[in-house]
Amino acid sequence: MQRIAKGGSMARLNIVQSVNRALQQEMERNANVVVLGEDVGRNGGVFRVTEGLLDRFGEDRVIDTPLSESGIVGISIGMAAYGLVPVVEIQFMGFIYGAMEQLISHASRIRTRSRGQYHCPIVVRTPYGAGIHAPEHHSESTEALLAHTPGLKVVVPAGPYEAKGLLIAAIRDPDPVIFLEPAGIYRAVKEEVPDEEYVLPLGVARRVREGSDLTLISWGAMLRPTVEAANQAATEGFSAEVIDLRTLSPIDSDSILASVRKTGRVVVVHEAPRTGGLGGEVAALIAERALDRLEAPIGRVTGFDTVVPLPKMEDYYLPNKERVLEAIHHVMEF
Amino acid sequence: MPRKPIKQFSVEWLQILDELGRPDPSLMPALSPKEIQSLYEWMVLSRVFDERALALQREGRLGTYAPIRGQEASQVGSAYALGPSDWVFPAFREMGVGIVRGIPMRMLFQYWSGDERGSEIPLHRHYFPTSIPVGTHIPHAAGAAFAAKLRKDPVAVAVYFGDGATSKGDFHEAMNLAGIFRLPVVFFCQNNQWAISVPVGRQTAAPTLAQKAIAYGFDGLQVDGNDIFAVYRAAKEAVEKARTGGGPTFIECLTYRMADHTTADDASRYRTEAMLKPWLAKDPIERLRKFMETQNLWTPPYGEQVRAEADRRVAESVRELEEQPPPDPADMFRYTYYELTPPLKEQMDGLLNFLKDREPKKE
Repeated sequence: MQRIAKGGSMARLNIVQSVNRALQQEMERNANVVVLGEDVGRNGGVFRVTEGLLDRFGEDRVIDTPLSESGIVGISIGMAAYGLVPVVEIQFMGFIYGAMEQLISHASRIRTRSRGQYHCPIVVRTPYGAGIHAPEHHSESTEALLAHTPGLKVVVPAGPYEAKGLLIAAIRDPDPVIFLEPAGIYRAVKEEVPDEEYVLPLGVARRVREGSDLTLISWGAMLRPTVEAANQAATEGFSAEVIDLRTLSPIDSDSILASVRKTGRVVVVHEAPRTGGLGGEVAALIAERALDRLEAPIGRVTGFDTVVPLPKMEDYYLPNKERVLEAIHHVMEF
Repeated sequence: MPRKPIKQFSVEWLQILDELGRPDPSLMPALSPKEIQSLYEWMVLSRVFDERALALQREGRLGTYAPIRGQEASQVGSAYALGPSDWVFPAFREMGVGIVRGIPMRMLFQYWSGDERGSEIPLHRHYFPTSIPVGTHIPHAAGAAFAAKLRKDPVAVAVYFGDGATSKGDFHEAMNLAGIFRLPVVFFCQNNQWAISVPVGRQTAAPTLAQKAIAYGFDGLQVDGNDIFAVYRAAKEAVEKARTGGGPTFIECLTYRMADHTTADDASRYRTEAMLKPWLAKDPIERLRKFMETQNLWTPPYGEQVRAEADRRVAESVRELEEQPPPDPADMFRYTYYELTPPLKEQMDGLLNFLKDREPKKE
């Protein structure tokens, strides 16, 4: 895994903390950056991601809004037109739908609509995915709805190091970025994260594990079971390469194709429903450009085409190491 | 414990010129004779533009067009109250506002001809591009106002929408945010009484739209939207209030959509001549003209001259429109992101090569 800041100071942080550091550093660096959303001020966010920002930057820059998802995203668009860089928090991905018209009909199109006169450099951060044992609508992973929208960028960090570098890149990006934070592993993983600011470019996937027999492609919270399955497969003699997509739109087809051309076998893993999920897009890209290198059908390990169940059944729903392993066996034995 | 009222509210109605053009001198805004003539000239120009747009549409030179006839006082009067550093967030039936704001009429025509280059409005005009989905642009104005307030800029942000938009959730969310944060927004609601075929009585059970502001904690008033002095006065006061930290104002301009919803609509399906007729008598341009005549600010030769000048300017804009070269297909890709993404670059190159292969071969 690429790491920067050799010799620089580091701290072991979880995703919540690394996102918090990124917000803090960007707010310090650029006075135009403002944070707004429900409970982001006094309460520091329901996951405490924005903790301490209000005290540090004051209520002009850390804005507790009313319960108003469309209004929050809508005013961010106007703020951006005026020259600010709003970083919005939508409390859960399941509540972003109220703001979909603002995202799809406006944020993504302001640049086109004004022929480049206006930018919309907003970031919409939202926790996504299952694993937090909360009621309905708190476990959504509907990134494909957003990745399908021209003009938006969609970014999903899989761990603390990625979260900081990608969020800084998202805040500095002149286009609207949806930043999906894997709520299920918000505090589950700690990594060495540089104290200094660093940018991980958007639109660039990373190779998490090198391998030669097959390619596993995943992102966000599903990267962990995918890597675990790859490690298990290694003990069985299968060398799996693992790609963390990191940015879902624009997709890094070069990295996908380079790996597939090398291995000839692919499994895509995501927790979103299967039909119309991004696994289909990845499979189509490979079919278009590397069909001659494929030695087995492309495997998909995904959530089901059902409503994400309540926590009691979510273990049946979510891809896990065993399901990924089964798919690995399937493509290896084809 | 006795029940008792804990809050009582009233909603103000403002009219300065009656339907015969007779003013209430105590309410007249401070406007010089020259300025009054300007208001008249902008309204005539807006109407000539509108008439020409309808004609161009019938000739197939514009696409679907949403006429403004009847709403000239609401649009010109409010836009005239704004300064160059104020901002405007229009909906789609605001050509009169755009014209006063200095948006080249060539661009307004171009937009309605289906050419995106008509939306490349120079930034210094502070005039956001046309928003088609009803009411969803209202929060954008609140956001710009929020930014202006955070930067302590003394500017007002004007947002335009119709009676139909007041039924939308985004209207509520924007009004609510504007009230909570005391944002420098002026909400201009042109109640033209029709949302395509649906009358305003199907948008609300409330007797006025203006009273909605009260629930958001700020002032709302209803003005005669066909009386340019009332519109101008209310707008001027609201803009001043916004610029000086007094927060938002909701202005309901009670007017009437004299034409069809768009050129794709036929209002005779849902509206009788008898319903329209009283409003023809309230024509905003004619009302101001009558007043000006009594003040010796309007004479037949002046009227002819204003009309001729408007005709000339509109004809000039149509000429400019027709001189535009066809759009470059690469433009479709160019403005999706700040920089072309690799997938888009590939798709653009694909289209351009496809087109190139089909160009007639040179002998």
